[in-house]
Formats: sequence, structure tokens, C-alpha cells
Amino acid sequence: MTDLPRGPVAAELVRRLESELEPTRLELRNDSDQHAGHAGHDGSGESHFAVTIASGAFEGLNRVQRQRLVFRAVGDLMDRKVHALQIRAILPGED
Amino acid sequence: MTDTDTQTQIKQTIEGSDVVLYMKGSQLMPQCGFSNQVVNILRILGVQFTDVDVLSDPNVRQGIKEFSEWPTIPQLYVKGEFVGGCDIITEMTLSGEIDQLFEKHGITFDKAGADKIRAENPRS
Repeated sequence: MTDLPRGPVAAELVRRLESELEPTRLELRNDSDQHAGHAGHDGSGESHFAVTIASGAFEGLNRVQRQRLVFRAVGDLMDRKVHALQIRAILPGED
Repeated sequence: MTDTDTQTQIKQTIEGSDVVLYMKGSQLMPQCGFSNQVVNILRILGVQFTDVDVLSDPNVRQGIKEFSEWPTIPQLYVKGEFVGGCDIITEMTLSGEIDQLFEKHGITFDKAGADKIRAENPRS
């Protein structure tokens, strides 16, 4: 497990992903600074994230289904706080 | 929830063209880096597509998310079916799956353009 970004939104993202998907690997990157001045950048510094997540829950699912699972786990954070979430959803051991 | 008119309008739009991209801005002037990336891929692949600017209509912006149960923009549709957003389109381009998708549906595209993207972005 690498360093996870600090901040209340990042912490909540991690909490939800861990509890819903029980990942064997979870990496979260905060890209918000790259989007400063952009319409979705709300000044919180926690609007744009990229996640790599490995979970057995993705077994047998295609890419769309895997990302839907991630979006579902993240839930209303997508509407309220997070403007963009890049997702790499893989199986444990897949790279 | 958006009204049924919006959902009907979305359905007609995605069934009205072989390739439809719901995006922020237009294909000539994308307003978001993720939309821009998908436009660039389609342009290099030489695929003709219909663009729908969600920023110009809040009903469509909300309605398309409900339609596909997908919370983000851009969204690519081929032959009336949701294919994915920016991450998925990028991955499918690099893996060659996008070529198979267009071939399967008889959609004209430039294979050399797709190969060029892959040559310039070797997968680790």
C-alpha cells in the first residue's frame, strides 16, 4: 500500500472503496492541482482523483461493469465533491 | 430524475448515429481534458461521430448520467450501446479492442491511425 493523499474527501473515498470492495491494492492520486482554473475545480483541492484498485469483486466483469461497481461504492461523493475520478479497476495480481 | 422526454430524446440521439459522443464542449472546441482526449482518439482514428454538448442543456447533462447509470462525461455510444468513458476508450485503443468494436459494427476507421497511437504509447 502506497501513500494515500490527505484530506477529508480522499479519506472518505478510501473508506468507501475499502468497505465496499475489499481491495487487495488501492492507490489514490489527487490530480486536482492539474485542473486549477478548470470549471470542475472548486477550490477545495479535492476535486480530481485517479484510483487504481484491485479487487476480487471484479472477477468476470467487463470494464464498464467494473467501473460501475467503483462508482457505486463511491456513491454520492461523485455528485457532491468529486468532479472527476479516473479509474483503473483490475483483478488481484493483474497488472 | 429527468423527465421521460429527455430520456426519449437521448435514446433517439444515440440510435440516430453509429457513433455518438456526449461531451463537454463540441468536437471543434472541447471544454474538458477528458472530453478532449476522446475527441483526439476518434479524430486520429478518422471516425465520424455526432457530438452532443452536455454543457448546453442541463437536462441532457443529468439525463445522460441516468440513462447509462454512469456519473461522468464523456460517454461514447456505438450503435446505440454505451461503450465507456475516457479511461475505457483509452484502454480499448491501446489494447486494440476499439478496432475490433468498430470492425464488428462495420464502422469505417483508419487502422493506421490506431496503430500510430499504439506505437507512440507503448504499454508498460
